[in-house]
Amino acid sequence: MAAILAPRKRVNRSLSGSVSLFLLLLLFGAFMVLPLIYAVNNAFKPLDEIFTFPPTLFVKNPTFSNFTDLMNLLGNTWVPFTRYAFNTIFITGLGIVGHVLLASAAAYPLAKHVFPGKGFLFQIVVLSLMFTPAVTAIPNYMILSWLGWIDTYWAVIIPAFAYSLGLYLMKQFMEQIPDALLEAAKIDGASEYRIWWTIVMPNVKPAWLTLIILLFQMLWGSDGNGYIYSEQLKTLHYAAGQIVQGGIARAGAGAAVALILMSVPITLFVFSQSRIIETMASSGMKD
Amino acid sequence: MPQSSVRNEQAAVAQAPARSRLGARLSLLWQQIKAARHSYFLMAPYMALFFLFTVVPVVISILLSFTYFNMLEFPKFIGWQNYARLFLEDDVFLIAIKNTILFAIITGPISYIACFVFAWIINELPPKLRAFMTLVFYAPSISGNVYFIWLMIFSGDRYGLANGVLIKLGVILEPILWLKTEAYVMPIIILVQLWLSLGTGFLAFIAGLQTVDRTLYEAGAVDGIRNRWQELWYITLPSMRPQLMFGAVIQLTASFAVADVSIALAGFPSVNYAAETVVTHLIDFGTNRFEMGYASAIATVLFLLMVGTNLLVQKLLRRVGE
Repeated sequence: MAAILAPRKRVNRSLSGSVSLFLLLLLFGAFMVLPLIYAVNNAFKPLDEIFTFPPTLFVKNPTFSNFTDLMNLLGNTWVPFTRYAFNTIFITGLGIVGHVLLASAAAYPLAKHVFPGKGFLFQIVVLSLMFTPAVTAIPNYMILSWLGWIDTYWAVIIPAFAYSLGLYLMKQFMEQIPDALLEAAKIDGASEYRIWWTIVMPNVKPAWLTLIILLFQMLWGSDGNGYIYSEQLKTLHYAAGQIVQGGIARAGAGAAVALILMSVPITLFVFSQSRIIETMASSGMKD
Repeated sequence: MPQSSVRNEQAAVAQAPARSRLGARLSLLWQQIKAARHSYFLMAPYMALFFLFTVVPVVISILLSFTYFNMLEFPKFIGWQNYARLFLEDDVFLIAIKNTILFAIITGPISYIACFVFAWIINELPPKLRAFMTLVFYAPSISGNVYFIWLMIFSGDRYGLANGVLIKLGVILEPILWLKTEAYVMPIIILVQLWLSLGTGFLAFIAGLQTVDRTLYEAGAVDGIRNRWQELWYITLPSMRPQLMFGAVIQLTASFAVADVSIALAGFPSVNYAAETVVTHLIDFGTNRFEMGYASAIATVLFLLMVGTNLLVQKLLRRVGE
């Protein structure tokens, strides 16, 4: 037990302390994961098992009937399921590509150049981390309608380009790139744009992945932010919400939807975890 | 007259260098701007959108908060009336602000400490187990708004997990309408909010702990640090101050912004407004009642509350370990 808990053989570690902290971790780990396990199991429960007393955490007779129900349900909707899926994938994909490009282009000068207004611009970005987007919802609606983007994909995609947490993390990560690398390229006659694209960008791949997963999380779960009204433009998450609200008759299909919705981002995180941690190491706020 | 003309001359002489100094400074600034034009070009697309969708809206919101505006007629200036109504007449707003502050002072610090404590414990595990536990704790916040799972857990019939278990144990005799009872709504939302709160801040702490200089611990042991608690306070926390400040902003902002969970679990409006928050109040006036001036006043109060608290907390955190 002691070997598991203190692999690096650190000084100042009492066994009793390690064991009690590990138990604390298990207790709260269970609190975090049990609702998700419950959701996964519900997705495979036949309807009579979902509505049974006393309720059970684990499924006894697993079945795929909830998923076939879901497919039937979505096959009969006016807007086909594939359309909702396309909308979500389109918004998520384009939003991610645009954000990574724009944010890293802006992060490079902020991290590595000296120019008038730099401190001021970065201060505003940090300040924008301190309030929720709800604050700007009404003026945003007015601006989007002035641009004629209400009820189009752009109302969700373009504002996502300017997500400030992404710029912040990218800039902090880029500061670690050695200046000598950039100087060498400059002496070779490379333009700033070339340096950004061929030297800086390949060196910040862990940060790309972090921005990708943050944006993915935001856009994958987006229901259109209240800017999209046309049924054929609505997202998967919106369609899922409608099914979940369907009540008892839809309880099985709702559980299946929850499983599908959560499995995609979790899978993505499993594969990118180490890169994300690497980016977060530079996330700190210096004075 | 001669006297005053002398004085004028003197003033002109005194001003001349000041004016040329200003001119020189401006032309120097212009030189710097020109030299850095590539920097500006690189930033332009992002900054244009950032100003359009974040900075300008904050300014518009503050301006609109002094007007009556219904989206149809041109905004009419009404001074402080929206704010007077907000604080003196709107009972629901007072519930909203009470709930929001409750979230901020309960889920804010608890989630912040939880993020750090669990990151700290996880950091001592071997790499494989560390990656797994990170996933376990981070999974709820990344799983894409699936907090409606909690609707099944706190469902008001006997088939809901909470009711089922409590009836089985004999704690209660009949099912409780958890999400329709004023006394239970807030604690449940706080619970779900905590469940969702180990997000970006948590990852930043895990990462930060891995970057603390190992030799500091060895040096600390030599200097007489006797247990893990002293090590935490004298070495780990001070080394992580930048991440601690970043995490504070993330956790605090999230705990002020509670709205989606409240709407999904407690409904909108919630039973007797028990789960109303400043953000749901804002949504109510902005998207249901189209009182945009009034909604902007709510947004402005929220903005000041969040930024003010964040700046205050930043100031306090600079003292950690000093």
